[in-house]
Amino acid sequence: MTQAPDTTPLVKIRDIRIDGRSDETWLPIIKGVNLTLQRGQVLGLIGESGAGKSTLGLAAMGYTRDGVRISGGSVEFDGIDLLTASAAVKRDLLGKRIAYVAQSAAASFNPAHRLIDQHVEAPVQHGIAGRKDSAEDGIALYRKLRLPNPEEIGFRYPHQVSGGQLQRAMTAMAMSCRPDLIIFDEPTTALDVTTQIEVLSAIRDIVAQYNTAAIYITHDLAVVAQMADRIKVLLRGEEVETADTRTMLTAPVQDYTKSLWAVRSFERPAKPAVQKGTVPLVTVQNVDAAYGKEKVLHDVSFDIHAGRTVAVVGESGSGKSTTARCITGLLPPIAGQILFDGAPLPPDYRKRSKDQLRQIQMIYQMADTALNPRMSVGQIIARPVQFYLGLTGKAKRQRVDALLNQIELDPAEYYNRLPSELSGGQKQRIGIARALAAEPRFIICDEVTSALDQLVAEGILRLLARLQDELSLSYMFITHDLATVRAIADEVVVMKDGHVVEQGPKAEMFRPPHHAYTDLLLSSVPEMDPDWLSNLLAERGVDNIGDAAVNKL
Amino acid sequence: MGNVLTIILQRLALGFLTLLVVSVVIFVAVNLLPGDFAQSILGQGATPESVAAIRRDLGLDQPMVARYFSWLGGALQGDFGSSFAQASFANFTGSDSGAGSVAQQIAPRFANTMFLAAVSAAIAVPFALVLGVLAALYRNSIFDRATNIFTLSSISSPEFFLAYVLILFLAVLNPILPSVSNIFADMAFSDRLEKTLLPALTLTLVVTAHMMRMTRAAIINLLSSPYIEMARLKGMSPLRVIVHHALPNALAPIINVVAINLAYLITGVVVVEVVFVYPGIGQLFVDSVKFRDIPVVQACCLIFAAAYILLNLTADIMSILSNPRLRHPK
Amino acid sequence: MIWFAAALVSFAALAWGFRLAGQAATGRAPYFRDMTFGVAYGYIFAVAALAWLVWAYMQGRSPDPAVANKFFFLRIAVEGFVVFAIGAWLFRLLGRNVGTKGTKRLFRSMPLTASFGIMMILIYVFVAVFASFLAPYGQAEIIRGVAANIMPGGDIALGGNPDFPLGTDQIGRDILSRLIYGAQNTVGIAFATTVIAFMLGGSMGFLAATLGGWLDQLLSRIVDVLMAIPSLIFALLLMTIASVWAPRLGIPQTYFMILIIAVIDSTRVYRLSRAVGQSIVVMDYIEAAKLRGEGMGYLMFKEILPNATAPLLAEFGLRFCFVFLTIASLSFLGVGIQPPLADWGTMVRDLGGFVNFAQFAPMVATPPLLAAGAIALLAVAVNFVVDWMLHRSSGLKD
Repeated sequence: MTQAPDTTPLVKIRDIRIDGRSDETWLPIIKGVNLTLQRGQVLGLIGESGAGKSTLGLAAMGYTRDGVRISGGSVEFDGIDLLTASAAVKRDLLGKRIAYVAQSAAASFNPAHRLIDQHVEAPVQHGIAGRKDSAEDGIALYRKLRLPNPEEIGFRYPHQVSGGQLQRAMTAMAMSCRPDLIIFDEPTTALDVTTQIEVLSAIRDIVAQYNTAAIYITHDLAVVAQMADRIKVLLRGEEVETADTRTMLTAPVQDYTKSLWAVRSFERPAKPAVQKGTVPLVTVQNVDAAYGKEKVLHDVSFDIHAGRTVAVVGESGSGKSTTARCITGLLPPIAGQILFDGAPLPPDYRKRSKDQLRQIQMIYQMADTALNPRMSVGQIIARPVQFYLGLTGKAKRQRVDALLNQIELDPAEYYNRLPSELSGGQKQRIGIARALAAEPRFIICDEVTSALDQLVAEGILRLLARLQDELSLSYMFITHDLATVRAIADEVVVMKDGHVVEQGPKAEMFRPPHHAYTDLLLSSVPEMDPDWLSNLLAERGVDNIGDAAVNKL
Repeated sequence: MGNVLTIILQRLALGFLTLLVVSVVIFVAVNLLPGDFAQSILGQGATPESVAAIRRDLGLDQPMVARYFSWLGGALQGDFGSSFAQASFANFTGSDSGAGSVAQQIAPRFANTMFLAAVSAAIAVPFALVLGVLAALYRNSIFDRATNIFTLSSISSPEFFLAYVLILFLAVLNPILPSVSNIFADMAFSDRLEKTLLPALTLTLVVTAHMMRMTRAAIINLLSSPYIEMARLKGMSPLRVIVHHALPNALAPIINVVAINLAYLITGVVVVEVVFVYPGIGQLFVDSVKFRDIPVVQACCLIFAAAYILLNLTADIMSILSNPRLRHPK
Repeated sequence: MIWFAAALVSFAALAWGFRLAGQAATGRAPYFRDMTFGVAYGYIFAVAALAWLVWAYMQGRSPDPAVANKFFFLRIAVEGFVVFAIGAWLFRLLGRNVGTKGTKRLFRSMPLTASFGIMMILIYVFVAVFASFLAPYGQAEIIRGVAANIMPGGDIALGGNPDFPLGTDQIGRDILSRLIYGAQNTVGIAFATTVIAFMLGGSMGFLAATLGGWLDQLLSRIVDVLMAIPSLIFALLLMTIASVWAPRLGIPQTYFMILIIAVIDSTRVYRLSRAVGQSIVVMDYIEAAKLRGEGMGYLMFKEILPNATAPLLAEFGLRFCFVFLTIASLSFLGVGIQPPLADWGTMVRDLGGFVNFAQFAPMVATPPLLAAGAIALLAVAVNFVVDWMLHRSSGLKD
């Protein structure tokens, strides 16, 4: 992946300024960023949401989304000024010399056409190759990207192909004209970890093989470490720093970059093991559950002890959230039971007493849909205070203020705000306060940090850990992110396809030997080592990662 | 394909069931009329025999369920009984020729209405689709805004307002087209077309606006989808993006709106037919409503409802067929 | 026809020239450089149409009465358009400078069409409320000593009377007064009907969405069947029956009409409020409230309804338009609002024949167009406002 010497840069962006429309005014998204990319080089763009990395990536193609405009600076591609070029000139470059791979392949393939028809569209329309030739080339690319059934997968419609395969098919499509530059916009964010690794290795191989330059956009440091030669860190539309991948990982200069790196090292000390014979706070006992006729949980059992955190881990569709719905009583199990403090709970939440309901609270993944947009923060938190504890007037207000202080938000400032006036992390804190307001002993946290940026997520995790110590709460932590597990869990339950595959204390879980699935799951989580992917591939071989490995189990 | 077939069969069965229930509703509604209704229709001068004849004709001397089935059975064979107007006429002349049957009254008028609807659809559908695509292509331009105002106004106007405005400009001030559509059975096609054109234009105005807005909305709705951005980033021209990438996915809503409007053309023509004195089924219906000619009202209602349900059913099935997810199951 | 085709072809040449000229004049500025031929053609076409409109308007002001008469209505339309546009602009200016902070901000982002809509709605409400002060005579008043069938237009030579600018009807009632009272009757009845339809359909819809189960199934199937019958046809059928019962029961037929249309229309309201309700019910905050053990009333009124107001308000506007037009159509067909109440639909039917006088006496032809136009104008106004509201709420979501 070294570039040929003394060539002019492929992409040269100078002091670019991009605005986004909000109500009646234009607000800056990118505030003067420079970017230089040599032929054959891969540049990683990282930053949190709102950093403007996608906007910058698209601007490198001379493209802006609706409601976004480039207000200054210059973008040159191979000497062509993209900002002053005519629409026809730009159209001729896009797809042919610059290609794009989007975040969600499932949404970015047109559902009305077959994959191969979409694959050949760019070569045919740009007059590079005939239909037949480029279709054959497509099949060759599918094979190179290790797609199963390369001969016939192209003749399927997008909805007939899985997400990880679609993402590789989209990379093939981007390659169809052998472009000089590909923009990868978070191509693996929507995928499960075991699938992600397969797509990453496929992308990395093909980019190296054709010596294509690429801009790789992501928020995941470990991923970018595998893919990029150089890394550029963005923060709120401004560049923080740029350096070689290895330099950047080992010796970041700026405080912000250092703090990003540090997030991954947050780990709460594990609690001592539970003494034998104590009654668990919550027991899930041989639970089977079904949606209609489809059975989704098979004989699920685990315990949650007072003051402990149990992380339930698994990929999408593994039954983690369904288990939570059984505990809360939203989905009464068809067999087995839920015990609270040793006593069985009525399966249906409507049959539970007010006090039973109070003891179990929930914090949701999407803070946006978890808070009523028409109620103020004060009203949202006050409701359970009044409902369960019967406080009114001054006492109620005092309790709400105390809760707001507990979640580190100033009551005077936030009491009258609406959820739409809060940031993502603040919304999640309100969700926590609402759960605390009931004074429960057990809280279910359903992917509470997965929609948040890493720094914000870390803040939420620290807050939850502190609250647990202060109020001796028990948590059931549903997550697919193993970094979160490492940070906060005491015990781990691994689920797959509605079964509990393995469970035990955290320390044991992160130490081999394991159940094969746990092993695969753990080994698929990218690490902050640029050689991690290469080493893993060398160790396991290309056929023992991703879906292929899952299917073997 | 088995999957699609079962869904379609389900829809067909459901449509048939709906029609059956609708026929019950219509029948029951008519039976809400007071029992001595026949007397009041024929007026005080009616002989007891003619009143009895009408009661027998309506089957008022039989229980309601039996009446329903004999009515439905007749309707299925195209026999809707005889109309009151004809019955009282027969009463005066003392003859009972079959010439007064509802079916014979409706048949030629039904053909006329279908002709009017067909002419309007032939103008409106292509016009609306092209305009809709253009508006989506040049969205937020002056053209788009002007069409938006124009179509909103034409949707909001009652048909008779549009009809009178068209009469004013195209028949009275500039005598290009006739303002009254007197149509006969054995008329030359061109003549018939000319006489139909003004009512057809009125309907076109109403229907085009609605279809065009829905086409535009359906396409624009898709324009923010990632696959449209993908097509743009592949360097495809704006027209190709709309026609090749957006349109195939917008088919289901567009088919639906076309069907709704065709159904509207057949059932909502009432007002337009009255303005232009067009001898269609709508006018017959309104006249019968005024004279309380129940058998005709009942028959027209059933025909309108059947046409409406049938078109909606067709739309339903076509949108199922246009969906690749259903056509090509996993 | 041939001239028209020739004009279209010459536009093509003009459009090509226009684009070339634009490119040359601006030194290939991006706008002209990237202009497609279709757009250039559109500009030429629009300019030509505008030129024709100006010409036609000037014809309408011609001293020769024959020519002026021919273009009279076009002239009125153009003048009306300009007056309304200026009025809407002034109204928006007023709204931006007077009122609370919230309304000022609302007016600042408002398109002209919406401010026109709001202005017109306010005018209609004003006329409806103060009809008895504005109208020179009562709506059912047969003016003594004045002939029936005075021609509209006030031209004595044509059988008019300047005291009655729109003439009198066949039994000697003042048409202008009836037009003004029409606002009260037509709009008031349509409004009442919509309110009933909303109470009925809205409450059922939300109930079905929150409770689900067999109630939802039952209500939804009933609505399916009712919606399978075209609404105007169904209304006509039921009105036939009502017209027989009304005199026997001594209840005015108009009440029956209100009820019938309200029921028919409530099916549409039901569908929407059920859909809106369902989209809210699946939200996590509803789940949180359910798990808290909240009762039905709290869920409905505190959690669901406040979040449904925006779409319901827009739907109210649309339904009002629909009800209003249905009632006007029924009245036009002679089975809607019954005399002696003055109503626009009935007036159009009764006065429609006057349109045929347009060529030589345009003023005579105005009453039916005024009545029909009054219906259209209000419906247009409401639709403009609804369109803006829908646009705003969809914009806020992004």
